[in-house]
Amino acid sequence: MNKVLAWVDRRLPIIKPLEEHLTKYYAPKNFNFWYYFGSLAMLVLVIQIVSGIFLTMHYKPDATLAFSSVEYIMREVPGGWFIRYMHSTGASAFFIVVYLHMFRGLIYGSYKTPRELVWIFGMFIYLALMAEAFMGYLLPWGQMSYWGAQVIVNLFGAIPGIGPDLAVWLRGDFVVSDATLNRFFALHVIAVPLALIGLILLHIMALHEVGSNNPDGVEIKKMKDKNGVPLDGIPFHPYYTVKDILGVAVFLIFFFAILFFYPEGGGYFLEHANFVPANPLQTPEHIAPVWYFTPFYTVLRAVPDPFLGVVAMGAAVVILFFLPWIDRNPIKSWRYRSKLHKFSILYFVATFIWLGYLGVQPVTEFNAEMGVRLTEVYFSFFVVMWFSSKKRSAATALITFAVVMGLIVAYDLMRVGSLNPNLVWGSLAIPGIYLVVELLFPIFTNLDAEKEVPQRVTG
Amino acid sequence: MKRLILTGLMLLTAPVSLLASGGMHLDKADIDLSNKASLQRGFKYYTNYCYGCHSLSLTRYSRIGEDLGIPKDILQSEVIFARDEKGEPVKVGSYMKTAMRKSYGDQAFGKAPPDLSVVARARGSDWIYTYLRSFYLDPSRPFGVNNTAFDNVGMPHVLWELQGWQELKKSEHGEGHGGAGELELAVPGSVSPVEYDQIVRDITNFLTYMAEPVREKRLTTGVFVMLFLFVFFVAAYFLKKEYWKDVH
Repeated sequence: MNKVLAWVDRRLPIIKPLEEHLTKYYAPKNFNFWYYFGSLAMLVLVIQIVSGIFLTMHYKPDATLAFSSVEYIMREVPGGWFIRYMHSTGASAFFIVVYLHMFRGLIYGSYKTPRELVWIFGMFIYLALMAEAFMGYLLPWGQMSYWGAQVIVNLFGAIPGIGPDLAVWLRGDFVVSDATLNRFFALHVIAVPLALIGLILLHIMALHEVGSNNPDGVEIKKMKDKNGVPLDGIPFHPYYTVKDILGVAVFLIFFFAILFFYPEGGGYFLEHANFVPANPLQTPEHIAPVWYFTPFYTVLRAVPDPFLGVVAMGAAVVILFFLPWIDRNPIKSWRYRSKLHKFSILYFVATFIWLGYLGVQPVTEFNAEMGVRLTEVYFSFFVVMWFSSKKRSAATALITFAVVMGLIVAYDLMRVGSLNPNLVWGSLAIPGIYLVVELLFPIFTNLDAEKEVPQRVTG
Repeated sequence: MKRLILTGLMLLTAPVSLLASGGMHLDKADIDLSNKASLQRGFKYYTNYCYGCHSLSLTRYSRIGEDLGIPKDILQSEVIFARDEKGEPVKVGSYMKTAMRKSYGDQAFGKAPPDLSVVARARGSDWIYTYLRSFYLDPSRPFGVNNTAFDNVGMPHVLWELQGWQELKKSEHGEGHGGAGELELAVPGSVSPVEYDQIVRDITNFLTYMAEPVREKRLTTGVFVMLFLFVFFVAAYFLKKEYWKDVH
């Protein structure tokens, strides 16, 4: 066996990459709970690809056959229901895992120097994943598939000038139709997965070049022993492979619990209306995108002008790409940053979840107003991230506060005429409290005090 | 633990389930998918009353026979009324397509009656149960009936012989349909209201089974998968512990 391996290794790099990425890749020894989600995302990717291959063996990308071919898989293909639920549950699991993975990056500053490219490739993976999920969702050809795609493609139609032509070009027709289904199928099973795998490769290569961050935000490569091994590092294999297996076991318990006992996810993972075949002549009462898009959908709906809404929604995603250059604070982990920083991140996460909740709710006056307020907090978060990059003078704090608050209030004055003034001025507290705490508290309190970052990892 | 997680998930998702029913009050169907007798009765009522218009074209007779424990010869003699082009009874392996052509359905009802294979997943069991009990006399409608669960529905009250006819009594302070009025039995049918509810419950049970025939199998498989995963978890836990004991 060893002879064979040696023979191949002389002709093909096997041992060297294995060492570089596994047995001699030194990861910090203090990874915690949040560090499971990278490997779990890889696991879900494999689940999606394998289940996807088996689905394409039976699925028919044809407007007249698609809906019944999915039910054919559910009823007549041996084990087909299991494959289909793997894929539908996997789609939601992918986003849950990726959102938690991104949250980890946010709290431990994993996007900061020298890991900017890791973050950027990660963001591209997130974008590709959204495209993949969106196009995959059309394939069952239910009412939500159809009208969801109709709504999203129409967003591109809102772009001035080229918009309408662009929308036709994307659909391959004047409405979402068989042509759209066929091309979305092609993109969903070939183009985007290829891009995803390439991006994941880049993400991991860039990560292994600079080394992993950790909950302390300490660079372990700065402290090495005489053999050049980081003092706080342990080889990825076997330590983190066995640890990740434990993570996989826990993840699969949750994953299969949903798959076997709750596959519809209460209408979030499989929407009820999607069990009605697509009907171009009948718009459903209430079109809600799948849960993982809803935060951005609320941002879209918060802006009255369709084109500006699309711009706001796009900006909400694109701004994340620039996070490494917005947050210039040299301290990576939130463990050693100020209390205000922790509050800011938690406020942002709560905002993101609430935005997501609003995205599945029908628009009422109250919901619409909350959508506007939470969108304001969403974007204010990045101003605060910039602001807290270093110790700011009282003047900078006051000016920043006046500018952001001024913009919000100016917008309120513009729109309050047609709205319930109590609701508008009452809900001003949502961005108001956040901005007062984050921008003005540093002047009067020491809540912005940061802690000393240790030399070595703790725990 | 499993139940706890499920309950948590259900609480989380409660708002969406409400939304799916359009916010209308629905009566609890209280069905039991493990009750084979109820499913068989539901299948009988379905083929007798519904199947003339509503196909179940994604399923074969034989599959239902296997799942509900009905032998093939009984299926062939008691359930299969459909004939092929030559006038021969269709085989048990055939899909349950209805005899009604779409063009005829469109002419007769304005819109051809839909296939009901997955209706229980689209609308929910409680909705079906409520809907079939909510027809009332309304002379302004083409078939003389309307429905409080589905305003201006295009379907006649097919089960009238059993249920009889209901009338909508407008409540003092409520207006229009959607639960504002009370339904009262004006002309009794051939069965009592309690028996009728059971018949509708059987049909609902059958349609819920129909929407996801693998459900029972999914749940039993799930229990074994969970048991395996707990064993796997314990093994993974001790494997990790063994390797990590020298990391300080």
